[in-house]
Amino acid sequence: MKTKLKNYFLSAIFSIPLAFGFMVQGAVAEKVMRVIPHADLKNLDPIWTTAYISRNHGYMVYDTLFAMDEDFKPQPQMVDSWNTSSDGKTWTFVLRDGLKFHDGNPVTGDDVVASLERWGKRDGMGQQLFNVITKLEATDSKTVVMELSEAYGLVLESIGKISSNVPFIMPKRVAETDPFEQITDYTGSGPFKFEADQWVPGSKVVYTKFKDYVPRSEPVSAAAGGKRALVDKVIWQYFPDNTTAMNALIAGEIDFFEQPAPDLAPLMAKDPNITVEVNDPLGNIGFARFNHLLPPFDDVEVRRAAMMAMKQEDYLASAIGDPQFWKTCYSVFPCGTPLANDVGSDIMATGDINAAKAALAKTGYDGTEVLIMQPTDIPVLSAFSLVTAEKLRKAGFKVNVEAMDWSTLTSRRALRDPVGKGGWNMFHTWWIGADVIDPMAIAFSGDPAAGWFGWPEDAELEKARSAFPKATTLAEKQEIAKRVQERLWAIGASGELGQFFTPVAYRNNVKGLIKSPVQFFWNMSVE
Amino acid sequence: MLGYIFKRIFMTIPVMVVVALFVFLLLRLSPGDPAAVIAGDYATAEDVQKIREKLGLSEPIVVQFVTWLGSLIQGDLGTSIFSNKPVTELIAQRLEPTLMLALTTIIFSILVAVPLGTIAAFRAGSWIDRLVMLFSVGGFSVPVFVLGYILIYYFSITWRILPVQGYRSPFEDGMLPFIQHIILPTLTLSVIYIALLARMTRASVMEVLEEDYIRTARAKGLSEVKILMRHALGNAAVPIVTVIGIGIALLIGGVVVTESVYNIPGLGRLVLDAVLARDYPIIQGLILFFSLIYVLLNLIIDLTYTLFDPRIKY
Repeated sequence: MKTKLKNYFLSAIFSIPLAFGFMVQGAVAEKVMRVIPHADLKNLDPIWTTAYISRNHGYMVYDTLFAMDEDFKPQPQMVDSWNTSSDGKTWTFVLRDGLKFHDGNPVTGDDVVASLERWGKRDGMGQQLFNVITKLEATDSKTVVMELSEAYGLVLESIGKISSNVPFIMPKRVAETDPFEQITDYTGSGPFKFEADQWVPGSKVVYTKFKDYVPRSEPVSAAAGGKRALVDKVIWQYFPDNTTAMNALIAGEIDFFEQPAPDLAPLMAKDPNITVEVNDPLGNIGFARFNHLLPPFDDVEVRRAAMMAMKQEDYLASAIGDPQFWKTCYSVFPCGTPLANDVGSDIMATGDINAAKAALAKTGYDGTEVLIMQPTDIPVLSAFSLVTAEKLRKAGFKVNVEAMDWSTLTSRRALRDPVGKGGWNMFHTWWIGADVIDPMAIAFSGDPAAGWFGWPEDAELEKARSAFPKATTLAEKQEIAKRVQERLWAIGASGELGQFFTPVAYRNNVKGLIKSPVQFFWNMSVE
Repeated sequence: MLGYIFKRIFMTIPVMVVVALFVFLLLRLSPGDPAAVIAGDYATAEDVQKIREKLGLSEPIVVQFVTWLGSLIQGDLGTSIFSNKPVTELIAQRLEPTLMLALTTIIFSILVAVPLGTIAAFRAGSWIDRLVMLFSVGGFSVPVFVLGYILIYYFSITWRILPVQGYRSPFEDGMLPFIQHIILPTLTLSVIYIALLARMTRASVMEVLEEDYIRTARAKGLSEVKILMRHALGNAAVPIVTVIGIGIALLIGGVVVTESVYNIPGLGRLVLDAVLARDYPIIQGLILFFSLIYVLLNLIIDLTYTLFDPRIKY
């Protein structure tokens, strides 16, 4: 009773100024959605950088020709109609009516051509597409014609890709910027406008509804369908501290928390005003990368012995915790997607230290120390690193864990030098599911010249991957995906550490959340 | 006096040059590459190299330093590698929250700590003295973030009387929102400075109370309050002012934890984010800025001494 009285007294004193504040706020009738994004928006050019937060910014401000739906199929977005010649070498796209940039100018074929060309110089999938493009031109203000040297099965998948770098359409004058330099004009044609003068890097980004945006009539489905801005303003407010972010959501100062740490989820779920749920059906795939150039992991059997020691449950329980946010997955493609399969997965599903020890003993491993880079500023990867170190030690490896921040790791992983000269043997990361959904992902490359850090080399793997763009049916694609996976396991390209899901948390007044690997803010309202 | 001030200001130039050189070299020689961060996971080595070239990071270090120094002389601190915004603009955006937090903290700390320390000295050995000393030890011992979370839990989550986070400008948003948002961060940050200042005040006043002129004042029949206020506190002021000055400087550069806990977009967070992303121009600009503040504050502290101690002349 005493405590209650004290609470009422304190509330009464402090609520006078608050009530005054609300009265002032009440005079403004605009609908505002306050969001805690997963990261600070440091850069506004989604072609210049692959940062996911810049990609999400891109989706607010720009539009795309095609967009992936919830069944992972590309659907027209800015395009009204399109057709392909009988030999599959000529593609014609016609833009929808009413497409406008935020400055009032219409979106034209020239804007599309310039935007695709800039994207094609930075994005991996774009580069592959432009390898077969012989001509890309606007034949009139609304029509773009793409001519190819050969039939290519991933045209729509490429220009409708959902994750970085997304081929966003910018005005021609902006898209003519050198792709290795940042744009300085942020005019888009998407459902929201970026308010440049209100941007405080490291803190706040403000978007306002673009009233002239004409949404498609189809229902929303992941990135596809009608993009309806249902609030006047979306404010991204970056919180460096997860606990404060959680407290702000509980206190009602924030409407939507994009990526809370999984260990905070139960605390938020206890609040009846808050919903915590997994919104990304694909989740993230944990990844332990070997350096194939340096001993001891230049030996395939040593790599495979290390993989036998990796038990996904241990990684996920240690780094993620709550089992509702992770599941084991012994496919290199995200489980639950069309290309996921279990070919050759025995090696990764072993998870047995004794088996790993026995396998390592047969390799003639000479005790060369394994240097694991541990990014201590990213808790999940830090935990992955420590679990690997423990497992490898138990399997008989000599291990050295070197702590560093992620920035140091990203520059060091590019070094192919020996460990003594700054090189490395192992690091951990994760891919968002949408980025490793098919064999064309750079994570699966077997070409050390064009491939990803770690530089595996396998001609058979590359042969299988190169067949993928030519496949036209799902059955063909699945067959190729199996071959690719078989080779990846056979050469011990990387350890796969399972699938984990980051929940979103939001107050119950938020409606219209779109299930997707990328967080979108159209179709969402605040009641 | 004027000559002394000019001389001190002139002396800041070589100090700043040394700081600039040191910071520049330290950053360039430390591991990490902003081009690799920008390029992301999909970039090839050639992509990273192209970005380095565009950012001017592939130039020899000497050339980079001279270019930066040349801009610096013209008042240009450079442009953020990531946000493409001028560093001066970024500092200007973040300066007000940090300055206001430092100001409210130091004012609140002085208002609480100086009387506490003086009373503790005057009643040395009594229960009040022991209580103040206990508070001081506690103030030093409790981590800022722990105290911050406790205050948020009660004032913002349980009682719902103050906001959890954020900053409101008194100039743009009004005094009420400003006060509502600054109370908890100020309380959190003040505890350690109250502890520090109270201890320093106690020690200084106790030392002065042993002086002959205090005995003379008592012999003259002056009241204890007058002795304390006019003679003891005034003469004990020099070390207290020094600690206050250092406190302000430390507050401006060192409020990163409080800014993170209360989500205040201040300079502390700007420097932390810049370090993690290796945004060299921001780090360089901020450290230079902090150095300049330290140098100027030291000058102000030195000049303030003359107000409290007429024996000090420049």
